[in-house]
Amino acid sequence: MTLDYDGWIILIGVLVAACCAIPGSWLVVRGMGMMGDAISHAVLPGIAIGFLVSGTRSGGWMFLGAAISGVLAAVMTQIVHRWGRVDRGAAMGLVFTAFFSLGLLLIVQTADTVDLDPNCVLYGAIELAPLDTISLAGLDVPRIVMPLAIVLLANVGLTLLLFKELLATAFDPGLATAQGFDARWLHYGLMVLTAATCVACFEAVGSIITVALLVAPPAAALMLTRRMRWVIVLATALGGLAAVLGHFSALTVPGWILGGGLDTSSAGMMAVASLVIFLFMATFAPGRGVLARRWVSRRDAMRVAVEDALGLLFRLEERAVMLDRVEVEGLLQSDVRIGGRLGTVLTQIRRGSLAEVDNGAWKLTESGRTAARSLVRAHRLWETYLAGRASIPSSHLHAAAERLEHVTDPTLAEQLRTEVGDASDDPHGRPIPPG
Amino acid sequence: MYLATSLLDILLLADWNTRVVVIGTSMLGVAAGVVGAFLVLRKRALLGDTVSHAMLPGVVGAFLVMQAFGGGGKSFAGLLLGAAIAGVLAAWAIPVLRRATGLKDDAIMGVVLGGGFGLGIAMLGVAQAMPGGNQAGLESFIYGRTASMVQDDAIGIGVTAVVTLLIAVLLAKEFRLLCFDESFGRALGRKEGVLDLGLMVLAVTVTVVGLQAVGLILVIALLIIPGAAARFWTDEFVRMVSLAGVIGAVACWLGASISAMAPDLPAGSIIVLTLSSLFGLSMLVGTRRGAVKRIIQSRKLRRRTGWQHLMRAAAESLESQGTDTWTIEQLSPLRSWSTSRLRALHRSAIRRGDIISCEDGYALTESGRTAADRVVRNHRLWELFLIRHADIAASHVDRDADMVEHVLGDELVAELETILAGSDVALVSPHALGGQA
Repeated sequence: MTLDYDGWIILIGVLVAACCAIPGSWLVVRGMGMMGDAISHAVLPGIAIGFLVSGTRSGGWMFLGAAISGVLAAVMTQIVHRWGRVDRGAAMGLVFTAFFSLGLLLIVQTADTVDLDPNCVLYGAIELAPLDTISLAGLDVPRIVMPLAIVLLANVGLTLLLFKELLATAFDPGLATAQGFDARWLHYGLMVLTAATCVACFEAVGSIITVALLVAPPAAALMLTRRMRWVIVLATALGGLAAVLGHFSALTVPGWILGGGLDTSSAGMMAVASLVIFLFMATFAPGRGVLARRWVSRRDAMRVAVEDALGLLFRLEERAVMLDRVEVEGLLQSDVRIGGRLGTVLTQIRRGSLAEVDNGAWKLTESGRTAARSLVRAHRLWETYLAGRASIPSSHLHAAAERLEHVTDPTLAEQLRTEVGDASDDPHGRPIPPG
Repeated sequence: MYLATSLLDILLLADWNTRVVVIGTSMLGVAAGVVGAFLVLRKRALLGDTVSHAMLPGVVGAFLVMQAFGGGGKSFAGLLLGAAIAGVLAAWAIPVLRRATGLKDDAIMGVVLGGGFGLGIAMLGVAQAMPGGNQAGLESFIYGRTASMVQDDAIGIGVTAVVTLLIAVLLAKEFRLLCFDESFGRALGRKEGVLDLGLMVLAVTVTVVGLQAVGLILVIALLIIPGAAARFWTDEFVRMVSLAGVIGAVACWLGASISAMAPDLPAGSIIVLTLSSLFGLSMLVGTRRGAVKRIIQSRKLRRRTGWQHLMRAAAESLESQGTDTWTIEQLSPLRSWSTSRLRALHRSAIRRGDIISCEDGYALTESGRTAADRVVRNHRLWELFLIRHADIAASHVDRDADMVEHVLGDELVAELETILAGSDVALVSPHALGGQA
């Protein structure tokens, strides 16, 4: 199997995204997303020193250097936070900037002798990666594929091996420690894994875009599910999607906007694609997305409005107040929870045949009356109960009961009935309808 | 020798252009230190980091727009305006996204930071690929460009910094409320959202002008390190904020001067490393919370505690045995201390003149007797208080009193005596003496 130039770039991008998604998921659920940022900056001096020692970008020295400086940064953050009593975020920010400046200084100082460009560290050079090949089992494979594959294997292997421990320490470090998993070791282990991932990825996509791929796909996955294993799987998939979309949009999008066959950095567009995927999930995810939640709250608001309308009709009927259609609709309009929804409310009432217009006036149907009666019953039971048990002054009873009546099912109403004893009227002297 | 004279020349601002750059950068240091101190106290440090990274698309976007309208894309004010717009947008997006998704702050910041920076890189790629585009100089926003700064830039930086500083000083009282007692501030009618936004705008302004000096990755250091370092020297708000300004200025002065000495010393890195060194120094020797100070304090406490333990053990041993002298072997079961520690305690008490060594072991001197009586008395007062007022059983009270007695001041002892007045002030131990068994 051989791949063409674009094929290799996409493969490398997908590998990078998959590498990042695993430690990224753990970081995000631990509330340590910005630690990914800090470590990806902090590995720079390690990379530079490893590079100076070995003189090449392959080989273990760079990984070793980066892992050491990544963990050192995590430890120093902890020291500054604990010992110096500096806020965690500030501690992170000041440690990683110090490390990053040191790394930048080393790179600039030795720029004449070594071929490590600060730009490459920041934005990566995925476009050049397929050109730099090594021979592997008779095939020309980009050199960078090897370290990425190894780190990916390590990430997958360690997650499979330590899944339970990582899960326990992420959500209940105290319990995990009590059960004999040392939360601290796993914490630093995760830091090592993150540092190694940052090194493997920085050459392709740069250290800051690594942050996007560490955090955005898991954040998007968390919009879809809260089961950890699915978070990791989905984050990997969404990261891979971001890599593919990123590369294609780097080739096409600038051309659409500005014309002239322009293209741009694939790594940059991968970060943008991961951001777009996150925003898409935040908006459209079923259950947790903005639209889904808005739809649920609208549905609830509609149900409350319809119930309020039925309650009003029931009370008018109870007091034998005869009002014509326009007067009733005016009253309904003035209810804050119906207000602007009046049209939709009336349509729903008519469609559910809960009430109908008869002789120019609104009349409850039999099924509407039953529904309204149980609502008013709940309302008056609550008022009686609250007045008796919770000593709420009678002027405040109505508002509380008004909220509770919409969430009271028949079982709860029965319980309330038992609680209030043989009271037949509510505190305002209105009869409590039978169940 | 040459190095020393050239450093001196630069520090004393012999060269005109260097002088302007160093002064401008130092003004920036003051403003960043002061605004950053508020940011640190408000625990918004990483927000600044996110915002500064997310400024890149603003800078490049402004360049592209200006290029499109034939402005050549090099107007500095235009680029900074772009950065400011992107920064404010990012600062606004974070709380909006947090509310919309219910995810934690760190994830949202990571997404905005990485995504925003990636967008900037992608736009930079476009700018580089555009025919006739002269994008040289855009990268200086990432790394800073103190070396190539000219008089006008430095004056611009200086003026913006001074204005920012003035606004920060005028709003200091409001920010103090925001940082320390948000709810009291709300009760006074201060709009916390508006103040937070104001703080963010100030931070974005400092960041924008800071881009030129240290670049967008490192500018956050300029904001947070001075405030965090100042915290080791003082607990007083105004002093802390002013000190943060001074630290920022000194670091920028030194950093800009040192980096002017050689062409391959990037100013951003040098300034940040200077700041980090100042932070490390403060963390070590800060007079308020520094490590040395805290180590000395804890040693002092340990020494006093050890001395009090010895005096009480000796006095109680004498009381229960009815003798005038004691030996190390008699004291060692009274408390879990090693024999060597016990010997060391004896030696230091001898040096203080509280006990003397004699042939039967050790004996209290006259001053030692008084001191030991006072230690025992404090312990028993506290025990009595715990038994009477905290309902702690007599058998358990020794341990509890042991933990508190070392920090009893004279006033507290006097108060205890008042509370326990009328009771048996001769103070016999409420439990059997002789160890913690």
